[in-house]
Amino acid sequence: MIRRLFIANRGEIALRVIRTARRLGLSTILGVSEADRDSLAARTADEVVVLGPAPSAQSYLAIDRVVAAARAAQADAVHPGYGFLSENAAFGRALAAAGITFVGPTPEQLDAVGDKLKARHVAIEAGIPVVPGGEAEDLTAARARATQTGYPLLIKAVSGGGGRGMKRVDRAQDLDAQVALAGAEAQAAFGDSRVYIERYIARGRHVEVQVLGDGRDAIHLGDRDCSIQRRFQKLVEEAPAPGIPPAQRAKLHDAAVRLTRHLKYRGAGTVEFLMDAESFEFYFLEMNARVQVEHPVTEAITGVDIVEQQLNIADGLPLGLTQDTLAFTGHAIEVRINAEDPDADFRPSPGLVTRAAWPAGAGIRVDTHIESGGHIPPHYDSLMGKLIVHAATREAAVAAMARALGSLHIEGVKTTAGLHARIMADPRFAAGAVDTRFFEGLNRG
Amino acid sequence: MSQDTPDLPLTPDDVAQILALLGDGKQDELDLTTPRYRLRLTRGPRGDWTQDWQTRGAAGLTVAVAAAATSVAVVVEEGVHAVMPPLPGTFYRSPQPGAPPFVSVGDRVEPNTVVCIIETMKLMTSVHAGMSGVVVAIDAENGQLIDKDAVLLRIRPEG
Repeated sequence: MIRRLFIANRGEIALRVIRTARRLGLSTILGVSEADRDSLAARTADEVVVLGPAPSAQSYLAIDRVVAAARAAQADAVHPGYGFLSENAAFGRALAAAGITFVGPTPEQLDAVGDKLKARHVAIEAGIPVVPGGEAEDLTAARARATQTGYPLLIKAVSGGGGRGMKRVDRAQDLDAQVALAGAEAQAAFGDSRVYIERYIARGRHVEVQVLGDGRDAIHLGDRDCSIQRRFQKLVEEAPAPGIPPAQRAKLHDAAVRLTRHLKYRGAGTVEFLMDAESFEFYFLEMNARVQVEHPVTEAITGVDIVEQQLNIADGLPLGLTQDTLAFTGHAIEVRINAEDPDADFRPSPGLVTRAAWPAGAGIRVDTHIESGGHIPPHYDSLMGKLIVHAATREAAVAAMARALGSLHIEGVKTTAGLHARIMADPRFAAGAVDTRFFEGLNRG
Repeated sequence: MSQDTPDLPLTPDDVAQILALLGDGKQDELDLTTPRYRLRLTRGPRGDWTQDWQTRGAAGLTVAVAAAATSVAVVVEEGVHAVMPPLPGTFYRSPQPGAPPFVSVGDRVEPNTVVCIIETMKLMTSVHAGMSGVVVAIDAENGQLIDKDAVLLRIRPEG
């Protein structure tokens, strides 16, 4: 049974995990870098261990240091949050060897979903639609694939991520050169030159399903739409995904649960799909084997504490929820308030936050590690906090978010709050069902 | 839970309940100060509330944040130009570990020559020389965290 929980993360997600752990009566130990010794999370945790210097490679990403710190603190379990070591199978194995529970799936499951090509095969095995395409081990294979998918198509790196090593090809005569280029780029960026080919979906939406599995059974907690992205980074997330016909939504949920069962998945996860904005056909993209940044929108409409579920599953308990008893209420939207300057190409804006007045009140949730006088170190990502609103309808939620953004007041650093206010005021967003190209057409006001 | 570290000040639900109590009342501000934290709740002109927190450091954990970044204070002699970072971050002299540095002392640079990179929040920003000249000194150390007012390196302009 978990009594002492080590948290191997920082920022808002560390605080988020501490909040639930404390409610459940667990002691919390936080591993921090030198730069985070005075962070709000460090001042909130029951105990703090300094892992190492500021650079992540020597602290939050150093498997040996995190495992040694968790062992020295006599932790029963480690919650990895998101990012950093959260999907690292070697970390899971190292913890297991030290007799400490990893709050997440098994190392084998992390391996199965970590390699995009492997994940694609798993999805096909589970009978889940994938984007037409597949491996292209050489030029001949690439040409054969291209005849199946048609043009335009995308060349992607097998070990890629975050949009790197991705090439769009519109015409057959460009294929050979682009395959060679993508392979070379993938080799340079990821040390793996393997590429695969997929049909390009022009008007695609990013829709994902939250799942929970206990190794035997699996359920879903509904879907989220995260189509508003900039350079493949999510900006706005909402639940449920608007405007999907009920029959198609049911199929989407079913596919996600089927994949989770097929993997005998243990933990909370997210199955990401690319959905055609016109036909609502959907294709498996990948599975994220951790808690997501945007999990609060799902918590808002289901009333389920996803971190609590993760801890229960890690403790070996069977799922305490059944699909039939879950009810979805209203609509939730989350925006990410980042310390970035949208007027200067989203340049990072770290430093001292002289004042942080976050919105408050019914239907508003703020998950943040930054309060007045807080400091945003330059070493890590720029997420300052997440503003989440929950209302009876999507229309009411959009209006509530617009009002909340109007009262938010941050001084000392530049933030993306103004950008979100423009998104909320955009008639395309109000109409719902936007595709991943939304940001390109946004009024820069 | 240990006794010497107090609980989280108030949960989001607590705050929502306080605001519900204030409801439609005449009070537009609540300033709550305890040994552990200060919370200011303020109602804006349109009736929307904000929460402004300041949590005090727990015993033994109050470490000055100011120590996080190091200023590279350098007296710059006349006729020599100091290259400053566009934003605070980690200073890197070469494109990747083990690779030769972008520039060394004695190197000739042009305005567009990349002299170093600054990593801030996972984003790499190239720093350009900004002038034609010769590198006379490199003041920051590779991998060092630098402030915005630090001098990275110095260039003697040459036509």
